[in-house]
This record gives sequence, structure tokens and C-alpha cells, in this order.
Amino acid sequence: MTGLPLIALVGNPNAGKSALFNALTGARQKLGNYPGVTVERKAGRFSLSDGRPIELVDLPGTYSLNPTSPDEQVTRDVILGKQAGERLPDALVVVVDASNLDNHLRFALELIALGLPTIVALNMVDLATRDGLELDAHILSRELGVPVISTVAVRKRGLDHLRTELESMLDANAGRVRPSGEHRDFEGLRQEARRIARSAIVRETPSRRLTAAVDRVALHPTAGLILLLALLFVMFQAVYAWSEAPIAMIEGLVTSAGDAVAATLPDGLLRSFLVDGVINGVGSVITFLPQILILFFFILMLEATGYMVRAAFLMDGLMARVGLSGRAFIPLLSSFACAVPGIMATRTISDPKDRLTTILIAPLMTCSARLPVYAVIIGAFIPARTVALGFGPLGIGLQGLVLFCLYISGIVGAMLAALVLRRTVTKGASGGFLMEMPKYQWPRPQDIILGLWQRAVIFLKRAGTIIFTSTVILWMLLSFPKAPEHGGVSQVNYSVAGRIANGLNVVLEPIGFNRDISLALIPAMAAREVAVSALATVYSLDADEDEAKLERSLGDRLKDKWPLPTALAFLAWFVFAPQCISTIAVTRRETNGWKWPLFMIGYLFVLAYAAAGLTYWTATVAGL
Amino acid sequence: MRLTDLPLRQPAYVDLIDWNALSASDGQRLREFGLCEGASVEALHHGGLLGRGPIACKVGRMTIAMRRNHAAAITVRTGPQDGLRADDEA
Repeated sequence: MTGLPLIALVGNPNAGKSALFNALTGARQKLGNYPGVTVERKAGRFSLSDGRPIELVDLPGTYSLNPTSPDEQVTRDVILGKQAGERLPDALVVVVDASNLDNHLRFALELIALGLPTIVALNMVDLATRDGLELDAHILSRELGVPVISTVAVRKRGLDHLRTELESMLDANAGRVRPSGEHRDFEGLRQEARRIARSAIVRETPSRRLTAAVDRVALHPTAGLILLLALLFVMFQAVYAWSEAPIAMIEGLVTSAGDAVAATLPDGLLRSFLVDGVINGVGSVITFLPQILILFFFILMLEATGYMVRAAFLMDGLMARVGLSGRAFIPLLSSFACAVPGIMATRTISDPKDRLTTILIAPLMTCSARLPVYAVIIGAFIPARTVALGFGPLGIGLQGLVLFCLYISGIVGAMLAALVLRRTVTKGASGGFLMEMPKYQWPRPQDIILGLWQRAVIFLKRAGTIIFTSTVILWMLLSFPKAPEHGGVSQVNYSVAGRIANGLNVVLEPIGFNRDISLALIPAMAAREVAVSALATVYSLDADEDEAKLERSLGDRLKDKWPLPTALAFLAWFVFAPQCISTIAVTRRETNGWKWPLFMIGYLFVLAYAAAGLTYWTATVAGL
Repeated sequence: MRLTDLPLRQPAYVDLIDWNALSASDGQRLREFGLCEGASVEALHHGGLLGRGPIACKVGRMTIAMRRNHAAAITVRTGPQDGLRADDEA
């Protein structure tokens, strides 16, 4: 891609940069990383009106060229041509929020002063109009000395104009301009930005602001908190309620694929490999795609509407009490999807101790990879009935309620862990909470769909690579050596994997785990959801002929083989479960060494063991 | 009056900011949010169940959230905007 002209999108956070990026590039995006740092590089392609391809890179949002976080550092370095792995952009598109010109123009002036060919996208003009603000882009262009184009990225307005303008700009600037790193003083820039903003305002009528009206409820100390809890509750109920039909469909496909292979191939190793290893193993994980997408749908919506920052605002009081910044709430909420982006998102926390604590507790947030594990166990052991709320005909699903409790346990565990960590290993002054609250916005459906698509691809890639590989290795370890035909020993017990698991089980038996769980826990280190495929493979291989004919689901098989306390202990283990390899790797990268990832593995193992043990023995004593 | 004491939804102006009470990076961020002597400010919400949470306030056309220790470093005054810096005149 290196031959293409490179254009960088720069701007303040909440200027609608990503919406503009999506509107220009559509689905032609490539996510990667800048070398040496864990800042995500978001690049894509689009064509000018004459068909010329352009590479567009969406730089992290920042308020000035004076970085306070690694993300902002990357933005600065790319623009100055100092970032490793990125060439100097041929032109900049500076995105400014039309209704926040005073602030955004200051940064725009700073960028224009660098001397690179620059176009200003006056974005979200529709929202400015909604707020009673009318602007003149011509005056703005004259004052700034660069082209200014009004855009509404979410409605694709102004994009053609932007393309045409970029075209003539690239033609006119064939030679390279080296940006000068000179700094103008902040106060001077601020005053000039203010003056220009004033001159460009044609009309300014105070009008009822939608955002202010919504915030009266959403940020209310009690009503807001109730709303937040209600939203989270609906989210977890939806994960179950909306996913039933698509899951049944995928399960049907997996079963018929297995049947088709079983019917065409003769009984033997290859058939066992394909049916028990590949189709049953990988299939059992793919089944959870609908639930993961529903979870991501909610998280993407909360982010895109601007509600996420409000949630952080509401939670800051609580976060402060355990010694964290309210900012930590956003990485922690993203960790519900996956701890890896969650840990990467901690880079916005400037205080190092705050940040380290947030990284260490991020894996306690129930990530989507744990969802398959929870779902299969809950599906098998918790009856699918509704519990009356005590008033009226309204009831809530018991399964969803248990899932909600598991998520809550993770959160409470994380808060307690933070409290202890902040008083011991990460002692220090509490950091702050300083955030801009964006206007509420109805997200463009295409942006949400694109986000979901990217998540689905990542999940299926994982299923196709990590999960496939570990399932295949496990199948091999389980299938060899072959147990003697009439020796009275089951294949699993006789196999290499079974022998390892039997050894491990000495440690895990006291907390109610059986051999099969021990067996599943090892490959689950690669990715948590592998626990499910591993169990599917074990029980599929172990099933005798009669059982196999019944084509019973993994859930039904588990129900037969595990007592309830074991199932509950297994759930408790996974609340605190030692994290997957990707999490350990990203922690090592973000903390620059092995000390903290090792500490994290250690403390999570201890917590998981204690929680599972406690659950098992409590349940046993209670006679469950 | 400190920003922490400013009644909700009462328009006011920033009189003085005690930059020394803020860390360098927090000070920079506040400046970038447009907080400076003379800026218009309006407290919108106090967060937290017991009122110990952060404060959401409008600064110019922007809404920002800050903790009480930051808000305590900002002195505000209500009433007509006079004696302010030239660039703040409309």
C-alpha cells in the first residue's frame, strides 16, 4: 500500500473523525498496530472522483500537539513525520466539530501552521443547526487560509466536495513539504481561534438542547444510576433472549455438517478427526457468535451514542472510592467484550499507578470469550424458567439472571481487587477524572454494522486459528495412544491428555473439578472458549455407540456427568479464570516486562481456586 | 465562590484558576477544554449518590466532567460579565 498518497484524518476527540473515516472508506479498512507501541493503526482506502486510490489513516483524537498519552504521541509523531512505520502524510484533513469551534479551531490553527497541505472538514453541521448555530464556511476558509468543507459524516453529506478538494490539493502539491515543529503559544492560538469562530458565526440563537434534556435524567444521581443498571440488565437479558433462534440455526448447521461427514466417510481416524475434533470442537464455539454479537452491539451503541462517558461520570464516585479514575470505567466496560482492547484502552489514563491497577483488574471483567463457557453451563444446569418479580405478570429469565450475577461477581471481585492493590502493590495518590462529554448522537446503522462485522471476522478468525489448532492438538492428545479394544479402560483415560489431566486433577479435585474439567482447562489458556470445544471433543470421543446415536447436545451430556456443585464451581472458576494468552501478551507489552503479567496470572489463579472451592463446598453443604 | 459551590444551572464566569493546585497535565487538559479566566461556565450536574462524585459543567459550548478537587481550584463569579479580558468581548 506504500505507493499511494497518504492522507491523515486529525482532530479533537468527539469531532466525528471516525464517522468521517467510515463514510469515506466504507468497509475497506485495515486495523493494525504501530510498531513498538500498542496504538491501533486504522487505515483504509477510498477513491478520488477520477478513480485515483488514496490511503486514509485515522489518527487518534487529541486536543493539541502536546501529547499526554501514548495515543496522542502517535498522532503528533505521524503528523511530524517521526513515527516509525508510517510515512509523512501528503495532506491532512482536520476534522472540527461545527458547534465547538472555539476549541477545535485552536488545534486546527496549530495543525495548519505546520505547513502540510490541509483541508478543514467542518463536521456535524446538522447538530450545530439543531443547537441554533449557523456558520459561514467561506468566512472560515478565508480566515484560516485553507479550504473549509461542511460535512455531515453520518449522512455522507459533503463527501464529494471533500474528494474534489483533496484531488486539486494533491495535484497542486506534488512536492513534499516538511512540517516545521515550531510551536505557537497556547494563549495566542486560543484568542485567534476565538476571534475566527466569532467571525464565522452568522447566527446564534439559544435553543433547547436535546443533550441537556437527556442528561437531566441520565446524569441524575439516582435516576441516572437506575437507568445505567437497567441498561446493563437489558443487555444481559438480550444476550440470551435474542440469541435463541440464530443459535438453534447454527447448531442445526453444525449437526448436519457432522452427519454429512459421518455418512460419507468410513468409520476410522479421519472421520473421528473431522467429526469429533473439527466439527464438534470448532462448531461448539461458533454457536456463540450470535451472543457475542449482541453483546458487542450494546457496547458499540453505548459508545456511539455518547452514553459511555455518562456511565463513567456516574461511576466515578465509586471508582474513586476504590482508588481508580472514572476514566477506568471505559476500558473496564470494553473488557466485557475482550480484555485485550480493554487493556489497550487504559492508555488514556495518564496516572501510571491508576493505569496499572486498571490493567491488573481488567481480566476480571467477564469477557465475551467466557460467554460460551457460561452459556453452556447455565443452559445445562439452570432451568429455563421465569422468576416472578413479585408484582404483576412481569417476570425475568432465571438464566439471564444467573448470567447477570456472574457479571456482577466479576465486577465486585475487580473492585475489591483494586481496593487491595491500591493499598499494597500499586500504592499512590489517586488520579483524576477529566473528560469531555460529547453530545448525544444517533449512530449511523452502517457504522454499527461495520463494527459488528469486524468483531465477527475477528471471532471467526480466532475460531479458525487458535481454537481450531488447540482443538486439533487436544483431539490428537486424546486419541493416542489407542486404548485396547476390550481392556475396560476408556479412551480418554488411556490417552496422553487423560494422563496429564489425571495428574492435574490431584490439585483440582478438592474444589470439585473432575478429570474432564482439568483436561479442558489446559487448552483454555489459549482462549477461554476452548474450554467448551475441549469438553465437546472429550465427550464426543468418550461417547459410546448408543450415546452417539442419540446425538445429544453438549449441555445434556454435561448434565448427566456433572453434579450441580461441580458446575457451579466451574462457573466460579471462570469468573476469576486465569486469562488467555493474548491477555498475558498484551499486559506484558503494556507494562514493559514480565513482572506484572506474572503477578496477574498468580493472583487470578489464587482467586479462581478459592472462589471455585468456596462455591463447591457451600453448594455441597447446602445439599444442591 | 469556588466552582464546587456554584449552584446548578446558574451561569457564571471563571474569575481565577489556581494553576498551582493542578498537575501540569491536568492543567493542560483544562486549558485545552477551553477553561481560562473569563470563560463562561455553568455547573450542570453533581455526580455520585452522596454528592461526592465529579461535576459536569458547561464551558463555552462544551460539556466537561471534572472531579471536585479540580473544581475547587477554579474560582467563579456570577453576575454581569465586566472587567474581563478584551478577547472575551463579543
